[in-house]
Amino acid sequence: MTLKYILKRVGVFVVTLFVISTLAFIAFSIIPGDPVTRMLGMNASEERIVEMRSELGLDKPIHTRFFKWLQSFVTGDFGKSYSYSIPVRELLSDKVLTTASLSLMAFVFVLAISMPLGLLLSRYSIISSKGAKSSFQRAIISAATALNQIIMSIPPFFTGIIITYVFGLILRFFTPGAFVPYSGNPAAFYAYLIFPALSIALPRSAMVIKLIRGSVLNEAGSDYVRTAYSRGGGQWYVLLVHIMRNALIPVINFLAMTLSDIVAGSIIIEQVFAIPGMGRLLLLSISNRDYPVVQTIVVIIASVVVILNLLADVICQYIDPRIRIT
Amino acid sequence: MIIKKNHYLFFGFIITALVLSIAIIGFFWTPNNPNAIDSSNRFASPSTKYPLGTDNFGRCILSRVVEGIGATVLVAVFTLIIGFGVGLIIGTLTGYYGGWVDELLMRSGDVVMAFPSILLALVFISITGTGRYNVIIALGVLFIPSFARVVRGEFVRIRELDFVHSAKIMGAGPLRIMLVHILPNAIPVLLRFLAIGFNNAVLAEASMSYLGLGVQPPDSSLGRLLSDSQPFLFTAPWYALSAGVAIVLLILGFSLISEGIVLPRSE
Repeated sequence: MTLKYILKRVGVFVVTLFVISTLAFIAFSIIPGDPVTRMLGMNASEERIVEMRSELGLDKPIHTRFFKWLQSFVTGDFGKSYSYSIPVRELLSDKVLTTASLSLMAFVFVLAISMPLGLLLSRYSIISSKGAKSSFQRAIISAATALNQIIMSIPPFFTGIIITYVFGLILRFFTPGAFVPYSGNPAAFYAYLIFPALSIALPRSAMVIKLIRGSVLNEAGSDYVRTAYSRGGGQWYVLLVHIMRNALIPVINFLAMTLSDIVAGSIIIEQVFAIPGMGRLLLLSISNRDYPVVQTIVVIIASVVVILNLLADVICQYIDPRIRIT
Repeated sequence: MIIKKNHYLFFGFIITALVLSIAIIGFFWTPNNPNAIDSSNRFASPSTKYPLGTDNFGRCILSRVVEGIGATVLVAVFTLIIGFGVGLIIGTLTGYYGGWVDELLMRSGDVVMAFPSILLALVFISITGTGRYNVIIALGVLFIPSFARVVRGEFVRIRELDFVHSAKIMGAGPLRIMLVHILPNAIPVLLRFLAIGFNNAVLAEASMSYLGLGVQPPDSSLGRLLSDSQPFLFTAPWYALSAGVAIVLLILGFSLISEGIVLPRSE
């Protein structure tokens, strides 16, 4: 049963990756616009163009090129950038680190902000929905919910602009645009990423907080919760030990989705804070028609997303045995 | 549909009505011509002639924001028309008939939906080229799977209910069952999802324009305004703020509405 399930998942995983890379390859092969003319200029000689085409392998039929590309991609050879004339692998190495650090940092912030606040809000929401508490407490919960709803509605790049203005230009906690590469000074590198990561994390945290609260309130009316209370469990004990175990499942699914959204969202945030990561390179390569770079970045991000989704499924099954059956 | 008497819906409608009426007025009238350059008045502070000041070309910021709201809303609406229109048809047919076509379409939809839409939109735009219409097509197509999934889910849930079986026994044809018996019962869920979809479309349009891939200059759009205003954040903070607040209000209004629509309990 379990083995069959694992095999099925891995099968789907491999097929998905294959489909993604095929689509990425086909998409960038049928685009109008010839990279060779772009590289050599309009008035290059005929022989030079033919020479260049065979050098890049563009004179071969599409399926030959595809299998050659796939083969070298799997072995870690991503081809050569058209516009920089260096291997894509070299071009990407420090950019992957930058984007990965930014995304991970943002994810840690999401967890650090949303888990405590979500639990706190849930705990008091449970009490207030029982109608036993003061109007003051209700007012605070309403205010917190309203604030949460507003923060949720701020797009990450606007959060980034607000943070740049408040912390960068007025309070001068950091200098916007003064990015330090990891190789230059690791500490300054991570310090610069704090505020961009925070910009991604804030609206996301608000969503997670809302989800936690909704999920907890959904469970709070169940029989098992009443039983737990009647056996003498305290508010926090029942919330953490009984309710959370059930309420966390949608949250974990959402967090996995969040992580892949963060990876994609960093494309925009890198633009806001002028961070030379994968996103900036992707945008630049799109306008330069530098297909090997675009293909590589798209396939890398796509693979990360697929792996994260797989991971989320596994974690959810570990927590909730009921899912394992289906 | 049950609309519970609630604050969500109340405030949601007020905010949305406010922003949308600004957008609609903006189609016919703006305080100044949004593209008119007044080079003697660059970076003017808010005044009676320019209520929100002027930008680096001396263009009226308020007029540009008003025009930008309209542009963003239009892109979102057309995106929804494509995404929801096609999604509704696919979802209705697959949800009602099922079978291997259903399985195939939903599996491929899963693959598409597993990816952050912004990444797919970027790839799409890199193939088709930038511009407002390409963004509409790209986002519209990308929204199809999620709409189709929601519609299908509702049809699958409702088609097994007793009243649908009764209708079948009474001799109602498939089309009548789909449109008269099932669809009206799916409306609350669809409306709610439409509001969420609108927000996603606004957010996606703003992001694409912010990255310079959507609406092209000199035309205005909320995302475009934010990226235009960023270099002057220190000297003219109200520029970025007015565009940003417009986006937030637009999204907030619809998210409150979607919260306010109370769904019937699923069995």
